[in-house]
Amino acid sequence: MLNTLKQVFRSPRFLVGFIIFITIFLTVIIYPLIVTVNPLDMVGNGNFFKPGTYVNVSETMTAKKYTLNVDVSSASKLDRQLDETQRSKMSDWLVRFGGVDESEIDTSDAAALVELWKNHYSKDVDQKGLIAADKKYFARLDGKIDNMLASSGIIIATENEDGTLSENSTIDDQAYVNIKDLQTNRTFILGTDNFGRDVLTELVAATKVSLQIGLIAGSIATFIGLILGLLSGYLGGTVDNIITFITNLFTVIPSFIILVLISYSVGSGARGVGLVAIIIGFTSWTWTTRSVRSQVISLRNRDHVNLSKLSGHSMLRIVFTDILPYIASYVVMALILQISSGILAEAQLSMLGLGPATTKTATLGLMMNWAMQYSAHLNGSWWAYFPVILTIALISFSLNLMNTGLDQVFNPQLRD
Amino acid sequence: MKGFRKYYGQKILWYLITFVIAVLLNFILPRLMPGDPTSTIMAKVSVGMTDASAIQKVMEEYSAKFSLDQPLYIQFFRFVGNALKGDFGISFTQYPRAVSDIIASSVWWTVCLQLPAIIVGWILGNLLGAVAAYIKGVFDKVLLPVFLFIGNIPAFGMATILLTVFAVNLKWLPTGGGYGYDLIPNASWSFFLSMFKHYQLPFWSIVLITIGGQAIGMRSMSIYELNADYVKYSRFLGIKDNKIVGYVFRNAMLPQVTGLAMSIGTMMGGALVAETIFSYPGLGSTLLSAVTGQDYPLISACTLIITIMVLLANLFVEIIYGIIDPRIKAAQQD
Repeated sequence: MLNTLKQVFRSPRFLVGFIIFITIFLTVIIYPLIVTVNPLDMVGNGNFFKPGTYVNVSETMTAKKYTLNVDVSSASKLDRQLDETQRSKMSDWLVRFGGVDESEIDTSDAAALVELWKNHYSKDVDQKGLIAADKKYFARLDGKIDNMLASSGIIIATENEDGTLSENSTIDDQAYVNIKDLQTNRTFILGTDNFGRDVLTELVAATKVSLQIGLIAGSIATFIGLILGLLSGYLGGTVDNIITFITNLFTVIPSFIILVLISYSVGSGARGVGLVAIIIGFTSWTWTTRSVRSQVISLRNRDHVNLSKLSGHSMLRIVFTDILPYIASYVVMALILQISSGILAEAQLSMLGLGPATTKTATLGLMMNWAMQYSAHLNGSWWAYFPVILTIALISFSLNLMNTGLDQVFNPQLRD
Repeated sequence: MKGFRKYYGQKILWYLITFVIAVLLNFILPRLMPGDPTSTIMAKVSVGMTDASAIQKVMEEYSAKFSLDQPLYIQFFRFVGNALKGDFGISFTQYPRAVSDIIASSVWWTVCLQLPAIIVGWILGNLLGAVAAYIKGVFDKVLLPVFLFIGNIPAFGMATILLTVFAVNLKWLPTGGGYGYDLIPNASWSFFLSMFKHYQLPFWSIVLITIGGQAIGMRSMSIYELNADYVKYSRFLGIKDNKIVGYVFRNAMLPQVTGLAMSIGTMMGGALVAETIFSYPGLGSTLLSAVTGQDYPLISACTLIITIMVLLANLFVEIIYGIIDPRIKAAQQD
């Protein structure tokens, strides 16, 4: 036994798969110990906040200021404050009344545009064909640009008892706060989702639930498959014929369809995480049955089995001592594949809206479904769905790697 | 040829039985559950109706339609009879469109998308897998993990990634639908071009997934065959490598064909979900909207038609298998 384990861990493929899987598994266990907030807490008031650190604005106003001699050049400030329409209007004016050639103007470079503007604009120029409102608009814009260039800083004012604003302090352009001085910042490494929940925390919780679903579904499927495969392979005859017929039937009738039919019929009221896992388990046993059956058939007439039969051992004893140990590796491999296909099945069901009908827990499929329903894939909120896809792929990849690794150890012909 | 007839006769008979059982499951599964669809339907149609006699009339109509007053087996025959006539009732969500009409308009999108995609992916995957097994070395060492990883990305995940990269970020291809939303289906070039553009992303996402899965299987099959005694013997005899590779490829192909037959249902299930990402107007999107709208007649028809498609695809693969596997021919001639 120990020797087999050693051999298994010497297979590079198994090892890589095992490391990835254990990393995911440990993250799922340890992360909630560190971050204890409810994973489905709606922190963000709105959909899809970008990943990053969020700092309380009013706290930055009162926090200790440091003056850094970094050039917060007026250019970047202009870039921020002049929007597209203002820029195109400015360039329009310059071409029509300022006598500037269109090729000289680059609206994407705010600083150059403003320089041209300051050189050519004057409200006294004869602006033929421009209505009074537009003339006023440009005059106002000019004033605004002057303000931007003056860089007077931002004035913080508070309301007095009699309702007038009085200046409290001024924050000039080179004032900085240290993020460590602020107590209320919050980092969302993967942003927030459509309900304003922290994606990373939610993802870890969802991975946990999905792994549970995979484990329950995989165990049920492997158990059914093992029993049916043993019965059909060991007993042979009519039992074998019936079980093989049923197995072939359910191999051909897509389990996905049966899954859809049952999940729909159960109704959204009863469809919890556990039930979905059980349904998946009950629809995906065919592969295990097939492989167990063929293994048992090849074992059935081996000498040691015949010897046991001659010794008058009971069928149960023969199965447990003479057959199961020989097919254990296949059963483990089947279980690994079933877990990964169970996780995938849940995800696909949830994508169709037939997954666990709950808002209390998240699963990988539900996260994906929520992200798609709020068109995260169309509005560029990659953080809401890409980590989910990656997690599903990594779990499935690691399990499959472990499976091929085991296959190589137990099927020497596949070794290269 | 006589032997073949027996082989195919058995296969077709077996698929007919499977089909009957599939239809039975389609009928019985929803009815065994606590939320009986017929009572749900009754509850649903009468919502918002205030006229008692009108409710009565609708109830009677549905009652007659599903033969609710009859025992279950008569209901089943009524269901089969209606299905054979192509009558699946009226859709709730797209009232007053007939379900058969909705299915008829979406089934070809799915067939034309999935059939070529799975075939192309299967062929490419097998070629790459065989080449990786034969060349070995770096090609194999690099490609195998890559394929293994790609094969493990769920189809809808691959669809989303391709959509994000090529449609949303690069803007090379449209983000969804079967054709431009500003076009009406007609036989003009601009319409075909638009259809072609919308076809690319769903097509390639299915192809990529299929390649990943198939290449792995073909690679291990080929390695297995390359180590077989007949290959060593052929090498001793001095048979040319090209010829041996031909034998190996053919032998390694056979389990891959059987594998295709067994996994086609799973593949189609995944591809159907991938369709919904692109809102491709096929069965996947229809099923999604039916589930969202709790449209029981439409769900039932969708699952039935998908089952039929999978069964037909399987039967087709088995027929092909009978032709390419010489052992079947030999067995029949005895």
